[in-house]
Amino acid sequence: MYVAVKGGETAILNSYRLLARARRGDAAVPELSLAQIKGQLRHAVDRVMQEGSLFDPELAALALKQAAGDTQEAVFLLRAFRTTLPRFGYSVPLDTAAMRVRRRVSGTFKDVPGGQVLGPTADYTQRLLDFSLAGTGSANLEEPTALAEPLPERLPCVLDVLNREGLIEPETPPPGDPAPTDLTREPLMFPAARATRLQNLARGDEGWLLGLAYSTQRGYAESHPFAGEIRMGEVTVSIAPEELGFAVDIGEITLTECQMINQFAGNGSAPPQFTRGYGLVVGEAERKAMAMALVDRSLRAPELGETAHAPAQQAEFVLCHSDNVEASGFVQHLKLPHYVDFQAELSLLRTLRAGFDAKGDAQ
Amino acid sequence: MSTIDIPTRQRWMRALALSPRAALESGLAPHLPPPDACRWLRRPQTGLVMVEARSGGSGARFNLGELSVTRASVAVGERVGHAWIGGGDARHAELAALADALLQDDARHAELMAGVIAPLEDAIAARRASASRAAAASRVEFFTMVRGE
Repeated sequence: MYVAVKGGETAILNSYRLLARARRGDAAVPELSLAQIKGQLRHAVDRVMQEGSLFDPELAALALKQAAGDTQEAVFLLRAFRTTLPRFGYSVPLDTAAMRVRRRVSGTFKDVPGGQVLGPTADYTQRLLDFSLAGTGSANLEEPTALAEPLPERLPCVLDVLNREGLIEPETPPPGDPAPTDLTREPLMFPAARATRLQNLARGDEGWLLGLAYSTQRGYAESHPFAGEIRMGEVTVSIAPEELGFAVDIGEITLTECQMINQFAGNGSAPPQFTRGYGLVVGEAERKAMAMALVDRSLRAPELGETAHAPAQQAEFVLCHSDNVEASGFVQHLKLPHYVDFQAELSLLRTLRAGFDAKGDAQ
Repeated sequence: MSTIDIPTRQRWMRALALSPRAALESGLAPHLPPPDACRWLRRPQTGLVMVEARSGGSGARFNLGELSVTRASVAVGERVGHAWIGGGDARHAELAALADALLQDDARHAELMAGVIAPLEDAIAARRASASRAAAASRVEFFTMVRGE
């Protein structure tokens, strides 16, 4: 328990001033603009949008600047801001198969229809520090060698190949195509449907998901994954406002999608087939999309008839601890005054010690 | 009333939403009605739209996260223009709502489609083609190794 304290107004005001000065740093160095943050720190902006669960690069860049680069603090700022905005409604479900792909790779087939497209990836760099970036204007900005032919408008999905042969579980909407639970409106309840889990994972902390995903690979859940397809690019968002009565495109967002292929399930009535794990996140965020897909699959253990013995297979454990705003709040609340609580503990300890010491003296 | 069909209206609303505000500003400048001819039914307002996706890309719907969206509605004469624009740019929504009203006017429709919407669509197509060509430059042709060429 913590109690309210009074006083300290001047000290608090001065802490604001100190914070503002610390954020700004050396005044002789030019201040960062939001355009610089958006344009040159895109992964940081993407992560704040994912975990803040608010897709607005301008606001995410502002949050990062205000939080002086503290990602989780920036996430908190976005989450707080979103509560001030009205909810206009829900989009038409995204069609990620229509993604205008900038990157698409498969770890399962070398000849995928449409080809493998590497895109702007760091995968093939040497990971040597590039000291030319330490200065300004020294970066090597060659255009890619010109290629006359753009990619096909719709790049065929890799898993369709297996799907056509019936070798992977089909992924179709349930009867009636029901609206999913919305965790921004309803509390997380168990057992949680896959749709609810996916919303939780999409806004979950990347570090948490990465660690859990890693644990499944190290043997704490057997899902034997292959990266069937990873694609990144732009997808159009549409909504159907009441006053129009038809759907309109309102913008496009960058997404990273991961389709994991995992080992077989099957039973008396269903033949053995590959199972799926799915990851979808806003921005360029392959690591998070892959981790999400692995954890999505491990959480499906009960519905696929697997024993849920590992942490990454236990929905309550995974989903209740994935939100870094909640986690950070509860861990950091220990900084708040617990003076009364602590005094009680201290007095109890003194009593115990007095008893212990008296017993020692008597012997 | 206007004789314009829904697909045509969806087409111009898409072009207005997916183009940068500056392109609307310059394209629409000669066509905008005087402010006293416009009655704002809904001034630009920014809010949230929950973006839905599907598990596995094609399965059950789930909520991915919220998108900032700005909407506006304006009456110009007897036409009512609506705008729904991703992001928080009030002016972008204003311009798109005005354009939506003007484009419903049969007398001005053809001129605006050719003079404003078509160039916006061309710019969107050019931007996409350029991004697609750049991506295609990093396409891996693994099969050439198999053929031993």
